[in-house]
Amino acid sequence: MHVRHLTLKDFRSYPTAELALTPGVTTLVGLNGQGKTNLVEAIGYLATLGSHRVATDQPLVRFGAEQAIVRGAVVRDGRETMVELEITPGRANRARLGRAPVARPRDVLGTVRTVLFAPEDLALVKGDPSERRRFLDELLVQRQPRWSGVRSDYDKIVRQRGALLKSAAPLFRTRGGKRAGRHTPRPGEPPTDEARDAALHTLDVWDSHLATVGAQLLYARLRLLRDLVPDLAQCYDAVSASAANARAVYRSSLHDEVAARIADGDVPEVEQLREAILHTLEQVRDREIERGVCLVGPHRDDLVLSLGELPAKGYASHGESWSFALGLKLAAYRLLRRDLGDDPVLILDDVFAELDVGRRERLGELIADCEQVLITAAVGADVPEQLRESGTTYAVELGHVGAPLPASPPSSPNAVFEVERGGAPVSSLNTREFDSELDEPEPADD
Amino acid sequence: MYEGAVQDLIDELGRLPGVGPKSAQRIAFHLLQADPDDVKRLVEALTEVKQRVRFCQTCGNVAEAEQCRICADARRDRTSICVVEEPKDVVAIERTREFKGRYHVLGGAISPIDGIGPEDLRMTELMSRLASGEVTEIIIATDPNLEGEATASYLARLLRPMGLRVTRLASGLPVGGDLEYADEVTLGRAFEGRRLIDV
Ligand SMILES: Nc1ncnc2c1ncn2[C@@H]1O[C@H](COP(=O)(O)OP(=O)(O)O)[C@@H](O)[C@H]1O
Ligand SMILES: [Mg+2]
Ligand SMILES: [Zn+2]
Repeated sequence: MHVRHLTLKDFRSYPTAELALTPGVTTLVGLNGQGKTNLVEAIGYLATLGSHRVATDQPLVRFGAEQAIVRGAVVRDGRETMVELEITPGRANRARLGRAPVARPRDVLGTVRTVLFAPEDLALVKGDPSERRRFLDELLVQRQPRWSGVRSDYDKIVRQRGALLKSAAPLFRTRGGKRAGRHTPRPGEPPTDEARDAALHTLDVWDSHLATVGAQLLYARLRLLRDLVPDLAQCYDAVSASAANARAVYRSSLHDEVAARIADGDVPEVEQLREAILHTLEQVRDREIERGVCLVGPHRDDLVLSLGELPAKGYASHGESWSFALGLKLAAYRLLRRDLGDDPVLILDDVFAELDVGRRERLGELIADCEQVLITAAVGADVPEQLRESGTTYAVELGHVGAPLPASPPSSPNAVFEVERGGAPVSSLNTREFDSELDEPEPADD
Repeated sequence: MYEGAVQDLIDELGRLPGVGPKSAQRIAFHLLQADPDDVKRLVEALTEVKQRVRFCQTCGNVAEAEQCRICADARRDRTSICVVEEPKDVVAIERTREFKGRYHVLGGAISPIDGIGPEDLRMTELMSRLASGEVTEIIIATDPNLEGEATASYLARLLRPMGLRVTRLASGLPVGGDLEYADEVTLGRAFEGRRLIDV
């Protein structure tokens, strides 16, 4: 697939923006802070409903504006689809597919698929387990959008169960006298046995929810990883010109026996995983109550990355860490391409500057046959010449994308950005009024 | 900020569920410009509802007497009870005309995040309704979302040992939704296809 056109309104630094894109390689060149990443971030948002840079929506909306709009025209198998997202912090975001509004934004997942690689991805190797879990789960959703619902159910169960562990901890810890009629004890009174039983039964209920949904999520992650691992080793070696045996092993929070099977690459059945979660929950119940935290389940798992015999985290050199992060992303690209019979959009945000010349050249060769590649760079010369020559290069300056730079043949007419600075609009070539395809926001559901 | 009376009205409206500051303002100015008779009817309806309507002592549904219309109706089947979260769910199910028994309104669902546990729901009242042994079937029609499911499982665990037939409205209801928004046909079908609940 490829993105043919991107429209922004009040997204990051852009009051409005229209950007025409073509298949092949597009390179956006400009000094830091000019708005290159903002553009590719918007495309990434269409694919994942999230940013690769920030965890909340607020920074995505232009400072002072209430709402951002991102609209993309995507072409797949010669058919074009319009997808539009309305980002309103503090309120439910809304989405539209073609002309029709969808019930929930996540219903548009799968329309745009991207694999985005950015300096932030170094955290895949050096950062917390949550970074690696997010990598797996985002890939899961890109592969099969229905996992988005399972993921959000699971997160909610963990939050509900955590809240219960915290609030009911005093009930679980003490053993009180029996009092009929009223269940909730007054402050200072010992809890009744009924209150304790009720809390324990409620915990059982959330345990069973956690096990059911957690087992599905875990199973899906393990299947995904099984498919990803062979590509990972190949991609790592291809970018680094080595035979390093890059591996990724799933570390589960389940009890030892099952965790060992999983670490060996085995994928147990969903029902077995469900039982294992319940069993482990039983084992750790006292500790969970003591700490008031949910200690078992996919939200506590990790992906252990290693090179040969050594773990990557703490051992890999800077260059090796980059190759590893890149290897994971390229493997994800291959997996999606193979699975869906269609190329996702590959986005390389500010990465060439981080790689040595050899890695740059090899990466350039590896991605030469991708349907669409969007590259940002502060210095054009960091991007291998064959890539730039095969495609189009634009200069981005203070949110203004200029005409294609010489040396690359102009493709379709590129759009122009209108930028406001200090309140006064900077004039630009054919500035176009943005007109939203979404209805005016309904004031009643504020 | 507006002058006294207008701002008071906006503040009061803004406290209603689902009404944000902007809507509150819109409604307030709508009322300011509305026909005095229309506003009078609204005021009367509000006063009336507070004076006459209360909650049914048996089932927790809205009622104009000690018992609601459904509990007071001798033709309703006394052996089966449908458990719902809110009075509005009773209305939704009544529209399907599939159910001939009586209801029990819990007043919410289990949600630790919101500090709502079983003791905050009308579960003890349900248990005392079952004491006579007249009721043999319980249909759990809590919302098809996580909290509704948790409440259903909790109830099922509680009720099963009592030898009752406990069923859950069949899925087919949109997951993650609100019962009241399910259309009649879907909800009716869910009633026909209700399943015994596993706990
Ligand atoms: N919500 C926002 N509102 C206004 N400006 C923003 C917002 N978020 C980021 N910016 C501006 O965008 C610029 C960064 O753009 P970015 O695309 O990251 O630059 P680069 O070209 O280096 O990739 C910064 O100058 C920043 O101030
Ligand atoms: Mg950047
Ligand atoms: Zn009643």
